[in-house]
Amino acid sequence: MDIHEYQAKEILSSFGVTIPRGGIVYSPENAENKAREIGGSRWVAKAQIHSGARGKAGGIIVCNSPLEVAQATDKLLGKKLVTNQTGPEGKIVNRIYIEEATDIEKELYLGLVFDRSSESIMVVASTEGGMSVEEIAKEKPETIIRSKIEVAVGIQSFQARELAFGLGIDPDLIARASDTIIGCAKAFSELDATMVEVNPLVISKQKQILALDCKMSFDNNAMFRRNKVSELRDKSQEDEKEVYASDRGLNYVSLEGNIGNIINGAGLAMASMDMIKLAGGEPANFLDVGGGATPEKIVKAFRLITMDKKVKVILVNIFAGINRCDWVAEGIVQALEKIEVKVPLVIRLAGTNVEKGNKILKDSKINYIEASTLEEAANKAVAALK
Amino acid sequence: MSVIIDKDTKIIIQGFTGKMGTFHAEEMIKYGSNIVGGVTPGKGGQKHLNKPVFNTVKDAVKHTGATASILFVPPAFAADSAMEAADAGIKTCVAIVDGIPSHDMIRIKRYMRRYSKTEKMTLVGPNCAGIISPGKSMLGIMPGHIYKEGKVGIISRSGTLGYEAAQQMKNLDIGISTSVGIGGDPINGSSFRDIIEKFEVDNETDAVLMIGEIGGPQEVAAGEFAKENMKKPVIGYIAGLTAPKGRVMGHAGAIVSAYGESAIEKVEILKDCGVTISKNPSVMGDTVKSVLEKM
Repeated sequence: MDIHEYQAKEILSSFGVTIPRGGIVYSPENAENKAREIGGSRWVAKAQIHSGARGKAGGIIVCNSPLEVAQATDKLLGKKLVTNQTGPEGKIVNRIYIEEATDIEKELYLGLVFDRSSESIMVVASTEGGMSVEEIAKEKPETIIRSKIEVAVGIQSFQARELAFGLGIDPDLIARASDTIIGCAKAFSELDATMVEVNPLVISKQKQILALDCKMSFDNNAMFRRNKVSELRDKSQEDEKEVYASDRGLNYVSLEGNIGNIINGAGLAMASMDMIKLAGGEPANFLDVGGGATPEKIVKAFRLITMDKKVKVILVNIFAGINRCDWVAEGIVQALEKIEVKVPLVIRLAGTNVEKGNKILKDSKINYIEASTLEEAANKAVAALK
Repeated sequence: MSVIIDKDTKIIIQGFTGKMGTFHAEEMIKYGSNIVGGVTPGKGGQKHLNKPVFNTVKDAVKHTGATASILFVPPAFAADSAMEAADAGIKTCVAIVDGIPSHDMIRIKRYMRRYSKTEKMTLVGPNCAGIISPGKSMLGIMPGHIYKEGKVGIISRSGTLGYEAAQQMKNLDIGISTSVGIGGDPINGSSFRDIIEKFEVDNETDAVLMIGEIGGPQEVAAGEFAKENMKKPVIGYIAGLTAPKGRVMGHAGAIVSAYGESAIEKVEILKDCGVTISKNPSVMGDTVKSVLEKM
């Protein structure tokens, strides 16, 4: 789960990370007042969307008066911002963060992620803040320093100091920089985060160490014990169909193609998408109804796929194990009694009681194309497009 | 004996009396697995499916001599149950459950470092289908009848894709020594490398089929191990050719976040390691067959 910049800043601030003064607003009037309340003579109006690279997309505006802050807010609210991370449809701006402008002396990069090789938390830092970590890795890999956190004991002061010295920070500021790194590491561990990124972490002309932009992601599997974090979810930033799916216990990712698919199991779903591609088609989605493929889930899956207007063919591929094919077939028949499918439908059943399952489908009134192997299913789905 | 489990392996079910635990215990008993009891805290002393129920894993081990367990406890309590099994002397623990927080998985693995290599439990999963040695024992939730007894080892992150492979192989009359589902999570108990190492020294296994997917370093690590250390042929398939970068594809671990984690990159690296690649998921069985014919 992702959260907004301002939410990440509030969290990190509570772990001892210094952030510029700022506040969230929902209207231009609100914004003007907030600017006066913050004080100073320069402000930044920052569109809050779940994406980086907002500056290039026009989502960050520097303002020289409270009036300009109001105007910038007015301009950004309700707009759809398209960045290199949002996809072509962009993301809607519903909240603006107003922040005092910072006099930047130096921009640094600080990130924390799970390292799957060592199964620990990895701190990644670089003197080249402001660009993405991928860009740093490509263009200035020699500037990257890493430190592994032993999760059983958490980050140690010496590790934070080593990183801070490694970033070339002035001796006077080492203590503050260490506290910042330690704060981020504690937030990561204590809140079941999967990613914390402060980019840039800046040293201001006034010799302050400030988190200027922050990103945090959290482990969906841990939300049962993170009520406060889970309340920060903003569904307006997620794909409408993906929200519909996740609310109904389906694993769904919206894609660009036109062959909709309903599969049980994530691996089989990816494999089916690959077969579609090899057959010359493009999948419209990834959809895993779960290993069990219960009739309820199949009904929900058909509802979801038929919501997607770009779908021209639907491919159902279910490998029934303990949930037998006859039971799955009954689920499909029931689903199609409730939901009208206007596009060609290819069904491939495999596994336990496959003959019984196929007979139930054949004897029913549903209009479909039968396939027996993965390859045949993909070829027939692509052929049905024509 | 076959790798990891055998027909005599004594198995207990953690979360025995729950709906999932009951259903799959029945399936495993039907298959012939040697289920000797189960654990549900607070229900010790009762009988369930005609087997004894214990309050703690230690009690169960003491009274039954169990060496393997399978977890059907909710994700919030799964880490605790896995550590309890490790501490009670269980040798093999399969965690079926999907949804264990990554931080908990790391905690389990750190906890297990207190045991010496010979005492350490093999944890398989979470978010997996479990282990089956066809004709001998099933410590999992797979449909047992699609697995033919034979000499090919399977390791798969995905459950249903593993079934697909087993079915394709059965249709071609190819049997399986043991199939291990290692699960779709980013941090798991046993990696491809951990299991492939066991298959290399297993005298009932002639070749290994490795079914991977996008995300994480484990397929490549196993490929590198195979290149350096294995005499038995390895066949591989990687799912997720069409998966977009940076998106989680169902499995929490199926996300491309670094170089070498996409399907194309993994395939190239595995080829360099001498792994025979199944070019699509429809020909996993055929690819295994062609490799076996060359042996």
